[in-house]
Amino acid sequence: MATEDTAVEHGAEAGGAGMPQLDFSTFPNQIFWLLVTLVVIYFVLSRIALPRIGSVLAERQGTITNDIAAAEELKQKAVEAEAAYDQALADARAEASRIVGEAKADIQADLDVELQKADAQIAAQTAQSEKAIADIRSGAMDSVKAVAKDTAKELIAVLGGKADAKTIAAAVTARMKG
Amino acid sequence: MADEAHGAEDGGLVFHPLDQFIVKPLFGGDAIHWYTPTNVTMWMAIVVLCIIGLLVLGTRGRAIVPSRIQSVAELLYGFVYKMVEDVTGKDGVKYFPYIFTIFLFILFANFLGLIPMSFTTTSHIAVTAVLGFGVFFAVTILGFVLNGPKFLGLFWMAEAPLVLRPVIAIIELISYFVRPVSHSIRLAGNVMAGHAVIKVFAGFAAITAIAPVSVLAITAIYGLEVLVAGIQAYVFTILTCVYLKDALHPSH
Amino acid sequence: MEGDIANMGQFIGAGLAAIGSGAAAIGVGHVAGNFLAGALRNPSAAASQTATLFIGLAFAEALGIFSFLVALLLMFAV
Repeated sequence: MATEDTAVEHGAEAGGAGMPQLDFSTFPNQIFWLLVTLVVIYFVLSRIALPRIGSVLAERQGTITNDIAAAEELKQKAVEAEAAYDQALADARAEASRIVGEAKADIQADLDVELQKADAQIAAQTAQSEKAIADIRSGAMDSVKAVAKDTAKELIAVLGGKADAKTIAAAVTARMKG
Repeated sequence: MADEAHGAEDGGLVFHPLDQFIVKPLFGGDAIHWYTPTNVTMWMAIVVLCIIGLLVLGTRGRAIVPSRIQSVAELLYGFVYKMVEDVTGKDGVKYFPYIFTIFLFILFANFLGLIPMSFTTTSHIAVTAVLGFGVFFAVTILGFVLNGPKFLGLFWMAEAPLVLRPVIAIIELISYFVRPVSHSIRLAGNVMAGHAVIKVFAGFAAITAIAPVSVLAITAIYGLEVLVAGIQAYVFTILTCVYLKDALHPSH
Repeated sequence: MEGDIANMGQFIGAGLAAIGSGAAAIGVGHVAGNFLAGALRNPSAAASQTATLFIGLAFAEALGIFSFLVALLLMFAV
């Protein structure tokens, strides 16, 4: 296997071993450059990048917090405005109902006065009518009394009796009451 | 390398699934010294440039209402920050820059490695081992510095029966020392495996009859690899957080 | 010929090691499936447990990656 031998030899020449990863002659080189790289990255990060990003994030956090606070405040204001609006609405409603009530009361009062007046009128008329009726009745009674007295006097005269007017009146009055 | 020779003999099929991982000097020459600029250097530099572009230039406006790039940067920041806070608690937040560094490096290296013809730095065990063992040593030292000898309570389960405790302690100890190995090999292995599989399927595309299937398979695997690139960065980071939590609060 | 037998052993070993990837696939499927079953029972608790899910997936997958690594080592490095 001549070809294989040369291949292995070639590999040995190229890197000492088949795998480039196990070629120890390149290790110092890689390790050196790796350390340089890591140190550079570390300084770039810790000196420039991380403080900057950290401050930006903190600033944004602050802005967001402020915005949220402002939004909260606005919301509070909106709630207050709504409460005021509701209050105004309720006031207006109360006012309206008060006006309605007053109007109703006025009307009721007027109505009552009118009713009273009318009642009084009716009562007066009734009283007058009753009085007239009573007068008429008493007039009639008196007439009846007078007729009864006259009749009684005549009857007594006819029967042959003699009676004074006083006794006859008393008798008639007593009989009429009974 | 051996199967490559076989493939060449069989006719047409040439597999170089691991050639994409070879470290080459950038400006010619053969010797790779520790300071030589190689393709590793180039792609790591691109990673750094992308991170700068996203996290520094992208957030240049510092806008309250973010632009698109800025919101991506903020998303990454918030994502890792929340992860660190959730897993390690409030006192782990001060290690957030380190964890974010690791996360961004792995994430960008993985995603940039998915660009065709690119070089994936995180597919190299050397790189991931530095990351994994770095986390391991950092966490261990931190644990002893913060908690003193009480850190050893991590291995001594107080609620287990007394007889079992030494056994559990040994198991815990072994699992503790395997952590950096699995931590680093998981990342390198996942990335390497995915890229190698794509290369193998690409090798099959040389045969006309199965080329369409091969292209479909590459597309599907590529989609999976995009997922894996993100998930592995996430997993590496969250495991780092978990280890860090152990160092901060060793009592179970 | 000796080299051939050694190569054969490498390839057979690599293939055997690749079985581990399938086993890891079973493990990963088990984790994800059980998570889904639990998440459907109690969807409100699912979001808080995604981190645990990924950690579990990572642990299950790591072992498959180990076997893959062994296969690669046998193929290319031994």
